[in-house]
Amino acid sequence: MSLNLLQIVVNGLLLGAVYALFSSGLTLIWGMMNVINFAHGEFVMLGMFAAWLTQRYLAGGPLVFTLAAAVVLFLIGVVIYVAIIRDVMRGPMLAQILATFGLALLLRYAVFWAFSPDVRTLPAGALDHTLDLGGILIRLPRLVAGLVAGALALGMHLLLTRTALGSRLLAVAEDRQAAMLMGIRPDRLQALAWGLAAASAGIAGALMATFFPFSPLTGETYALTAFVVVTLGGFGSVPGAMLAGLVIGLIEQVSAYEIGPIYQDVVVYGLFVALLWLRPQGLLGKA
Amino acid sequence: MRHTFAAAAVLMLAAVPAWAADPVKIGVIFPLSGNAGSAGNAAKAAVELGAEIVNSPHQGLEALPLGEGKGLANLGGAKIELIVADHQGDPSVGAQQTLRLITQDKVAAMLGAYQSSVTFTATATSERYGIPFVVGDSVAANITGRPGFKSIFRVTPVAGDFATNYMLFLADMKKAGRKVDQIAIVNENTDYGTSVADTTQKAAKEHGFTVAAQIPYSAKSTDVSPQVLQLKEAKPDVVIFISYTADSILYMKTMKDLDYRPAMIIGDDSGFSDPNFIPAVAEIAQGVMNRSAWDVGKPGTVTYAINTLYKAKTGHDLDDTSGRDMQAFFVLADAINRAQSTEPEKIRAALQATSLAPAQLMMGYRGVKFDETGQNTEAATYLIQLQGKAYQAVWPEKSATAALQWPMAGWK
Repeated sequence: MSLNLLQIVVNGLLLGAVYALFSSGLTLIWGMMNVINFAHGEFVMLGMFAAWLTQRYLAGGPLVFTLAAAVVLFLIGVVIYVAIIRDVMRGPMLAQILATFGLALLLRYAVFWAFSPDVRTLPAGALDHTLDLGGILIRLPRLVAGLVAGALALGMHLLLTRTALGSRLLAVAEDRQAAMLMGIRPDRLQALAWGLAAASAGIAGALMATFFPFSPLTGETYALTAFVVVTLGGFGSVPGAMLAGLVIGLIEQVSAYEIGPIYQDVVVYGLFVALLWLRPQGLLGKA
Repeated sequence: MRHTFAAAAVLMLAAVPAWAADPVKIGVIFPLSGNAGSAGNAAKAAVELGAEIVNSPHQGLEALPLGEGKGLANLGGAKIELIVADHQGDPSVGAQQTLRLITQDKVAAMLGAYQSSVTFTATATSERYGIPFVVGDSVAANITGRPGFKSIFRVTPVAGDFATNYMLFLADMKKAGRKVDQIAIVNENTDYGTSVADTTQKAAKEHGFTVAAQIPYSAKSTDVSPQVLQLKEAKPDVVIFISYTADSILYMKTMKDLDYRPAMIIGDDSGFSDPNFIPAVAEIAQGVMNRSAWDVGKPGTVTYAINTLYKAKTGHDLDDTSGRDMQAFFVLADAINRAQSTEPEKIRAALQATSLAPAQLMMGYRGVKFDETGQNTEAATYLIQLQGKAYQAVWPEKSATAALQWPMAGWK
């Protein structure tokens, strides 16, 4: 394998980890609550802007602005659940879809209005280094994003499978009425789930902003990728999202390098459709 | 009571002075949202400033046609009213908005539209209604010269002009002993990028350069490392980028990340001229070249005065793309004034008869004169280079304001 191809594989895995990072929040909401959140890409974008504002007006490095983005997005997630989603969830599926879609547009163009469509970048600060592993160049911000993605996915997986809180979250997802009869308060738990999902998108956005330029319209692109990752991984499976993110990142990069960048989507979505045909429940989803 | 209202209404109508002519409506479409939103808004601000200059007096702009700021003199001092619409960078929205501006707002003429792919569909719509469309900045070859089309006028130089310019420049470099044999072309894959890439490819062959790689990509790509690694493998001496804003910034960052630096990069305007480009990557893109027909010039010149007004309005300097749109606006305003009418056919005839000298222009064209396809035959451009935090004119030598730095320094 040539050095360039090896570099591409490394890049693909690192990009895939980022995909997994911003998709894991979506799998929580989609898999746990059966709500399709079209505003998820906008959460990532809000994370980018929260980080940018923190860096610009309060100073501080990547650790500070990433944590700030997580906290801000957690609050935004909770508020959105309480203000909009809680009521909409009682309505028909179509109402949910339209509500989150409307929310996406509202968030996108509110930021557009407040901050103009300018393309911005965020300095990587203390992370601004490149590791040279025998000719393979690895940008530290991307590596950190990849590690955080793994840690977050693992944390979320453990939370759902090994803790009482996770069991209660799953119980609410399974049967809201029955859970209520068991003394679980679904509203609190689901508000928490929205907060966690938004916070993970915020962390993803903050880290990604150090290597991808962004504007208020960036969320659109990430939303589509997130849906593909979650579907491929299997609904509600956090490890599945992690695996699917890596697979998609890798296929994208290798096909762009070997065949050409304009064909990468054809390859990715072709394989995506083929895989779903063979395994409709996704890579790690339950049949 | 009703009578009082009626009387008041009649009085109010009567109070409008008889000599105040109706404003002339011009439809303007740009991508005010979407990927090119920042460039579209910068262009919109430039055209708005153009209208302000025609509608009200400003100092130091008298050399421009209608630069005295007294409105359209031949139409009783009528003011120009811009009706601006957003096409989001989408060709079908561009056509719809054009239709709406023509049929509902009854605009006398159209101006726009940044992305060549959008200009292509929007001009097809305006042509159907016989409404003149002045193209300020879209350069794809296929916009002018469509059979039977009579109402499209393009002020900007086109893809072929740039391609020739790049090759003449590279031939000059080769003559000066620099190693320029292989070039690579990286282009976004809609009408704009494809058209410029094809003509550049052709011009390269004519001038005896080898095209080591041509890499089309989507401007919406989130990651461009495969493209950069393809370049790294092809090892061209010069890379020509035909890119929009976010992608051009991403390329510069990714090239540094992957430690790839060719002897020279030439950016084809657009993303490289976006006001966001320099603040984002100036430190790592030192020596990057770009094309431009815009130069701020020295204090006391018309261009300097325009830039001062633009900066006061937007907070940043006027860029080449927005400048070409503003120039297109002045050409259109001048034509409407000479037409002495808002009838489309008369405006069309006046546009066709346009003859402006360099001294009447804000851009560095040799003049404005349209051939039978509506293309300005006197359009021109020169090459600029990013040195420090600003672009400097470096080629051709007679219009240079700074010495060319070769190879480019990038981040070193």
